[in-house]
Amino acid sequence: MNFNSELAKKLVNIYSPSGDENNIREFIKDEIKDFVDEVEIDSLGNLIARKKGKGKKIMLAAHMDQIGLMVTDIDDKGFLRFTNIGGISPVLSLGQKVIFKNGTVGVIFAEPVDNIGKLKLENMFIDIGVLNKEEAEKKVSIGDICVYESGFSENDNVIFSKCLDDRIGCFVLIETLKRVKNSDNDLYFVFTVQEEVGLRGARTSAYKINPDLGIAIDVTSSGDTPKAKRFAVSLNKGTAIKVKDNSILTHPKVRELMAEVAEENSIPYQMEVLEFGGTDSGAIHLTREGIPTGAISIPTRYVHSTVEMSSKKDINYSVDLLVKLLEKTI
Amino acid sequence: MLLKKLTEASGVSGNEKEVRDIIIEEIKEYVDNIQVDKIGNIIAYKKGRKDSPRLMITAHMDEVGFIITGINDSGLLKFTTVGGIDHRILVSKPVKVGKKEIPGVIGAKPIHLQKKEERLKTLSLDQLYIDIGVNSKEEAEGLVSIGDYVTFYSEYVEFGNDLIKAKALDNRVGCNLLIDLLKSNTDLSFYAVFTVMEEVGLVGAGPAAYTVEPEISIILEGTLCSDDLDTEEHLIPTKLKQGPAISLLDRTTLFNIDFRKYIVNIAEKNGIPYQFRKTSFGGNDSGKIHQAKSGSTTATISVPCRYIHSPISVMAKEDYKNTYKLLKFILSEIEKGDF
Repeated sequence: MNFNSELAKKLVNIYSPSGDENNIREFIKDEIKDFVDEVEIDSLGNLIARKKGKGKKIMLAAHMDQIGLMVTDIDDKGFLRFTNIGGISPVLSLGQKVIFKNGTVGVIFAEPVDNIGKLKLENMFIDIGVLNKEEAEKKVSIGDICVYESGFSENDNVIFSKCLDDRIGCFVLIETLKRVKNSDNDLYFVFTVQEEVGLRGARTSAYKINPDLGIAIDVTSSGDTPKAKRFAVSLNKGTAIKVKDNSILTHPKVRELMAEVAEENSIPYQMEVLEFGGTDSGAIHLTREGIPTGAISIPTRYVHSTVEMSSKKDINYSVDLLVKLLEKTI
Repeated sequence: MLLKKLTEASGVSGNEKEVRDIIIEEIKEYVDNIQVDKIGNIIAYKKGRKDSPRLMITAHMDEVGFIITGINDSGLLKFTTVGGIDHRILVSKPVKVGKKEIPGVIGAKPIHLQKKEERLKTLSLDQLYIDIGVNSKEEAEGLVSIGDYVTFYSEYVEFGNDLIKAKALDNRVGCNLLIDLLKSNTDLSFYAVFTVMEEVGLVGAGPAAYTVEPEISIILEGTLCSDDLDTEEHLIPTKLKQGPAISLLDRTTLFNIDFRKYIVNIAEKNGIPYQFRKTSFGGNDSGKIHQAKSGSTTATISVPCRYIHSPISVMAKEDYKNTYKLLKFILSEIEKGDF
């Protein structure tokens, strides 16, 4: 099986918290510019790449941003206090490394607590290994954002890394737009900003594009780990076609179309009925007068940790499904 | 004194007319165009020598308060809150009810009659009532109706070392800043928007931004300040007398980093003290504004106010002055066209 590990590895290692997606945007722009007709960056920072066609306007959205931590205070000894950008878990953060845009590395630790389950971010701090406030302020300012720092690993089956949510969606979009050849449709590949804080980039870019059909590409959870909550999505069982989450009930015709294309092309797929969470599709489908919208999900274990895990097969199947879908006259 | 007039006026969310009328009266000589939109926002345009970019400066007119929900047989009024109010601050507060501004007080069972367990708990809204000093339901009905708005009654007072105590500094202080900006000479054209119903979910800001379609917006606020001794340093959102508070993020917006740095640079270059609003709690009109239509850039600059959402919010005059100065410098920098 061919899996473009090199691209995946590059994508997850680029610094790009919500609100500061500049680095990843530049990387993706460079990666795709030869494969699209137009590239635009809008005022919130969404990267909108268009492959022109005479058919229906289709908006595909994968978000570029990742969860992060913003510095709110620097104490006399140089310890940093922080607040969360997106869903940062106190427990999963304890003992993790973080990295700032300028390369400064720190570790997250906490004041002594009796019950680790009750750990709160306000009792935690980042130690960047300095001796005092002055030294800290040379490296970091209040308002600076850091992200988890962890390596990329893989075996024949899976990749694991931080921020597969949603670099793997970006990966799927990039691979798709490279492969799509014969499409009548007017395709807008949108790499959105600020999904993790409330689907904000998707909201404004969908307004601008005003598509006939919207599709978000994002990770979803999985129900295949020991004693996991019941959820009929597993790694290695194919791409996931979203039925619902907390942000959307996908348009029945859109998900039926996806399933139909998967059947026609013998692409393994599973139906995803998620009882929490949301994706850019939630914002897109409520744009203007309403837009039929669905989502293709990549089953992923340990979402919002430093070791998110997805299956290479599922990722490739997601690309296959999207390519076939876009090449269909809709 | 404009801030006295603004803070003593009633303007609970959805009932901003009194405040709106004062503002229109104040600004009409100084703007080129003024309209009140369908939801009640004031959208004013001041033309300068230079037009671009499309700049909008906003402040919300509304304040937290109450609505009458019932009148009982003895003429006592039941009520509910509008916007976020800490129920623990309600007992024994004077209020004004309805358009006729009937004076009343929020009453409750006296401490002598409370059972021990009642004393240990916050009284719920069900246990509180507004007493307007009448003897019967009929008498009350002659003065007030269900649905009447109620505001805290609180006079504007200057005290201490140049501090001000008033109700509704959140956000009449923002309104006052925006009015002063309109009155001053500026060469840059801008939209001045006074919004409604911010306190109940940023309701007015969305439609206003939809109409104006700004490229850049500055949201003016009176923001939370908790600089007491018991709060740990890193949990203090803002401090009094440390200058205008520039927002990093809140529940509704991650403020544009480049614009924030641009503002910080202007403050530093001109020797204006400033601080960051160091908490992600709360939200303001920016949340709706920056996501309207195809999106835009926003910043929030606030005057720190202690005890907001109560009848006795407190601010420092020097923070007002420094915020105003900073805004003037920002306008003249934007006019030069380097953002």
